[in-house]
Amino acid sequence: MMMNNTLRNQCKLLPGSLITGKWNKNRYKIIKELGCGANGIVYLVESENRHYALKLSDNGTSIISEMNILKSFSKVQGSTLGPSFLEADDFMETGKQLPFYVMEYIHGHDFLRFIEKKGSSWIGVLMLQLLTSLSALHTNGWVFGDLKPENLIVTSPAYKVRCVDVGGTTLIGRSVKEFTEFFDRGYWGLGSRKADPQYDLFAVAMIIINSAYPARFHKKGEGYRQLIDLIKQKKELHPYRKMLDKALLGKYDSALQMREDLVTMLSNQNHLKKKPSSQAATRQATTRQARRSQSHSKKMRGGFFETFLLVAIISILYVLYIYEQLL
Amino acid sequence: MKAGTLRQVLLITDGCSNHGEEPAAMAALAREQGITINVIGVMENDVIDEKGLKEIEKIAGSGGGVSQIVYAQQLSQTVQMVTQKAMTQTIQGVINRELQQILGDSRTMEDLPPDKRGEVMEVVDELGETSKLEVLILVDTSASMKHKLPTVKESLLDLSLSMNARMGDSRFSVFVFPGKRNDVEKLLDWTPNLEALTATFPKLSTGGLTPTGPAIREALSYFNKKRSLRGLLSHDDEQYFEESM
Repeated sequence: MMMNNTLRNQCKLLPGSLITGKWNKNRYKIIKELGCGANGIVYLVESENRHYALKLSDNGTSIISEMNILKSFSKVQGSTLGPSFLEADDFMETGKQLPFYVMEYIHGHDFLRFIEKKGSSWIGVLMLQLLTSLSALHTNGWVFGDLKPENLIVTSPAYKVRCVDVGGTTLIGRSVKEFTEFFDRGYWGLGSRKADPQYDLFAVAMIIINSAYPARFHKKGEGYRQLIDLIKQKKELHPYRKMLDKALLGKYDSALQMREDLVTMLSNQNHLKKKPSSQAATRQATTRQARRSQSHSKKMRGGFFETFLLVAIISILYVLYIYEQLL
Repeated sequence: MKAGTLRQVLLITDGCSNHGEEPAAMAALAREQGITINVIGVMENDVIDEKGLKEIEKIAGSGGGVSQIVYAQQLSQTVQMVTQKAMTQTIQGVINRELQQILGDSRTMEDLPPDKRGEVMEVVDELGETSKLEVLILVDTSASMKHKLPTVKESLLDLSLSMNARMGDSRFSVFVFPGKRNDVEKLLDWTPNLEALTATFPKLSTGGLTPTGPAIREALSYFNKKRSLRGLLSHDDEQYFEESM
């Protein structure tokens, strides 16, 4: 498109160039271009030996809206979904003022490439993480909007799903303005573009479908029928079928509800795959935890408690051993 | 600040006008009346020639709006983006004027530090969400547009989906040009829902005329008629955004 060309010409900066802010006077050295979006170019930059991502644009308005969103993201407690915001400033280049903002650099593979490399067994786990993050976001009154694999980065070595482009994030009740047709329920004729939690959950379902159809597809005729038929045709999507159906129709009240279904589905799948002996062992392990730490009903906490206990016992034994040696 | 009504004409065409008044002049006239003119040039396998490109840019330029050339496949996205962008532009124009009154001299949003600009932008976004919107869609149905029209229809449905998700009311009307008898023919009266556009575009005239200028002029009178009629019925002091870019 024409606009992008002019933008590219104006904002195109070579590695090694320096960007100095007009207001805060911070200097950033460009290392390389990370990507080019509809309203700006994102660079990997370095400042005081630390890496950041810097988005430069010739369109002041959209980049400022994005900056506002990133700021509100930082206020959402415990949300690790988007990059954290550092500062905003202007870059004066040949008499033109180009606004930019600086954020945390999230390093990793994009979602689809990660799945391609590590195998489809990761889809479920990563979607669980995503749903947890979305739940926090929704509780704070926001909807992510432009949820798609390209915007999802799986960091390593922690294997955590993060989102890099928050431009579509919208207050609940307002209209979603940035979206990608394939992941947009409006395109498929399955709902409005008014931001509600179900809008994101629809996109989560489409991400799972996308992982089985990497080339994606266009709408032909009735959207819902088409999607259901395509889900049927892929064996790897069968376990998700019920959950996908509910998410596509907007039947989940919250991200947590969808997450619960996914957890159940994933544990049933393990149940089928694993040998009975190991399954029995798992069950034994959980019951044992439950007995030992009754107050900690959650599995994760139980696990933590167990590790702690083990470490404590070993340290006590070690201390006793040292003590004995000294004597 | 109270949300007013944003009024836009969305012109979808694929080439040059060849009949009647100069379109850019008519667009300037629209701007004077507080109506923004946006233009989308649709290509398919053909390419719009230099003259056509220039005209499209000129119309949007003097109409205070946004122009974009796209391939038919990207039309839905573009229609939404152009409408949204023009809304923001108009609101920003109004805000800038207010700012100049407050801050004096010729300062605009760009002269504010980023943080303050962010706060102003929140107001702009808020207004864009809550303002009333009236879009008059003007579709070129000359012979070369014929096979692009199904795509145009689809993209208009998509536009109403996006705009109706806003908190403010949106209303659309659809005109085609050249019409059977006049330069312009009304296809759909003001309605919040473009679903009514299921009827296909009428039989295309093959006279080879593309009266873009007269089409814009008539479209304006349609805005005005409606406005004066309303004024007679109820003395609502609805505030209109005026274009000032």
